Amino acid sequence: MTETPKQALLDAEPTAGRRMQKVADIKKLYLISNSIRQNVIRMLHKAKSGHPAGAIGLADIFTALYFNVMNHDPKDPEWQGRDRLVLSNGHVCPVLYAALAETGYFPKEELMTLRQLGSRLQGHPHRGALPGVENSSGPLGQGLSVAVGMALVGKRERKNWKVYCVCSDGEHDEGQAWEAALLASKYKLGNLVMIMDRNNIQIDGFTEEVMPLEPLGEKYRAFGWHVIEVDGHNIERIISACEEAKKVIDRPVMIIAHTIPGKDVSFMDFIVEWHGKPPGDGEMDRALDSLGTERKFYGDE
Amino acid sequence: MMAGKINPEMWFADPITAPPSKKPSRDGFGKALVELGEQDPNVWAMSADVSESTRTHWFAEKFPERFVQVGVAEQNMAGIASGIASCGKTVFISAYGVFSPGRNWDQVRVSICYNDVPVHLHGSHTGVTVGPDGASHQALEDIAITRVLPNMTVLAPADMEEARKATLAVAKLGHPSYMRTAREKLPMFTTASTPFKIGKANLCREGDDAAIFACGPQVYESIMAAEKLEHEGGISCAVINCHTIKPIDAEAIAYWAKKTGFIVTVEDHQIDGGLGSAVAEVIAERQPCILRRHGIRNHFCQSGEPLELMKHYGLDSEGIAKFVSDNIGKKR
Repeated sequence: MTETPKQALLDAEPTAGRRMQKVADIKKLYLISNSIRQNVIRMLHKAKSGHPAGAIGLADIFTALYFNVMNHDPKDPEWQGRDRLVLSNGHVCPVLYAALAETGYFPKEELMTLRQLGSRLQGHPHRGALPGVENSSGPLGQGLSVAVGMALVGKRERKNWKVYCVCSDGEHDEGQAWEAALLASKYKLGNLVMIMDRNNIQIDGFTEEVMPLEPLGEKYRAFGWHVIEVDGHNIERIISACEEAKKVIDRPVMIIAHTIPGKDVSFMDFIVEWHGKPPGDGEMDRALDSLGTERKFYGDE
Repeated sequence: MMAGKINPEMWFADPITAPPSKKPSRDGFGKALVELGEQDPNVWAMSADVSESTRTHWFAEKFPERFVQVGVAEQNMAGIASGIASCGKTVFISAYGVFSPGRNWDQVRVSICYNDVPVHLHGSHTGVTVGPDGASHQALEDIAITRVLPNMTVLAPADMEEARKATLAVAKLGHPSYMRTAREKLPMFTTASTPFKIGKANLCREGDDAAIFACGPQVYESIMAAEKLEHEGGISCAVINCHTIKPIDAEAIAYWAKKTGFIVTVEDHQIDGGLGSAVAEVIAERQPCILRRHGIRNHFCQSGEPLELMKHYGLDSEGIAKFVSDNIGKKR
C-alpha cells in the first residue's frame, strides 16, 4: 500500500447537495459500491473486530438504496419526508456507516473510529449516536418490528415516504421476525419493503444446516407478502426490484436478495469463518487487491 | 377508628377508613388514556390481545386509527411501538405484567430503552392479587427487571386515581416508562386533589417509631396497619407512598431513616430487586438504619381469591401490622 487508509479517506469530499441526488449511471454505482467495500475492509482491519463478510456482501444493496432508490437528505437527516432505512441485523453496520459517510452524513475519516471508545460508530448501531441511523439494533429479529411500526404511522397518516428494512436470513430463526411478518400483512403495509440478505450463512454454519428456512419465498407469499427474488449483486436488478416494490401498494414487499458473503474479496467469498473475523494486515492488502486497483473514491473523479 | 395523624395535605377520602368505592387501578390507566387521546393526536395505544382487561379498549373504540392490535405477540408489540414512537408519537403498550415487560424484556431493553423513545408500558394484573390464575400469571419480578434499565421510569400507583395521574404524567416524559397496575378492585382513597409528582414520594401519615415505604395496593393497607399499630400497640408509624420506584425519592428515604431509625418496605412483589431493594440501596449509601423488607420472599405463589392471597402472604393491613410489630423489637 502506498497510502494509509486515513489519507485515502481524506481524499474524498462528502457528496454535496440538499436532497440526495440520485445516481442513475450503473457503472458509477459499481464504483461507489467498490469504495464502500474497501472502506468496510479498512474499518474492520482498524477496529480489529466485527463482521466483514455480511457487510461486504451488502455493499451493492446499500449502494442501490442510498444512491438511487431512497429519498433522503444527508444534510438534513431528520427531514420528515425521508424514506426510512431500518437495519435489523445490526452486526453488518460497517456497510451502513460506510454508505452514510459515502453520501455525506458525516466525514469519511470518522469511519476509522469504528468500535473505538468515544466514537459515534458503535459496534452495533445506536439511534441518536450518529446522523442517519434510524434505530438501535443488534439483538436479531427486532428491526423488522421497528420497521413495521414506522410503516404503520406512514400508512395511517398517508405519508409519501416508505420504509426499507434490511434484514438477514439467519435472523429469521427468531420468532419475532414472523410476528412482524404477520402484522405487516394484517395491516396491508404497502409502504414497507424488506430486503433480506439471503447469504446462506450464520455463525454456526450454513443456514439450511443450522435451521432450514426454505422455501422462504413461499412462506412469505403464504403470509400475504409480495415476494421478489433478485441477485443481490446486480445493482440494476436491485433497483428495478425496488421500483416494482414501489408499485405494490396493497401489501408489504419482501425482496429476497441472493448475495455472496464477502463478495469479490477472493478469500472471503462464501467462507463461513469470515462472518465474524476482521482482516489482519496482510489480509487487508489482499482484500483491497482483490477488489481491483480502483482504490479511489467516487468523489475523486 | 381515629385518623389523627393522616397528612391533611394529601386530601385523601374522608374518612380514609371508608373510601367512597373500590375500583381497579387499571381503570385509571384506561381513563387517562382516553383523556390523552383527546388532548393529543400523537398519542397511540397498542394491546396484545388483552385490550379489555388492560382497559385499552376504551381508547381503541374512540381512536381506532391510533390503536394497534398485535395479537398474542408482546415482543412484536414492543418493537412496533418503538418504530411508531420514532415517528414522533407517544405510545402506550399494554399487557399483563408477566408478558410485558416479562416476555419482551430484550425488546424493551434494546428497541425501547436503548433507542430512548417515548414508549410507555402498562403491566396490568401484577402481584398476587391476580388471584386464581396462579403463579404463572402473577407478575412479582416486573419492578426488578424494569428499574435496572437505563432511560426507564418505573411507577406503581396505589389506586385508580393515582394510576390515572401517573398515566397522564408519563405522557409528558419523552422517555420510556413502566407502570404496574392491579386487576383487583382497590379502595379509592386518593382524590383528584391528592398531589402526584413522578419521583416525589407522598407522606400519607405521620409517625415517630417506624416509617413504612409502600407501593401499589399496599399503601392503603399500610395506612390501615399504622392506624391499628398506633391504637392497639402504641407504635407510631409513618406511611410513605413510594409510587415511583425509579427514580427513587432518596431524600424522603434518608429523611425517614434518620428520623425513625427503622424502615419497613411493603410491596406485592419479590423483595429482591423491588421497592425493598431500591430503598435498601439508598439506606446503605446515604443513611444507614434498620431495614426490614416485606413482600414475596423468593418463591412462587399459589392460586386463590385475591384478598385471600393478600391475607395469606401477609400483605393486608393485619399482616403488615404483624410484620412491623414482630420486627420493631429487633430495632436495637
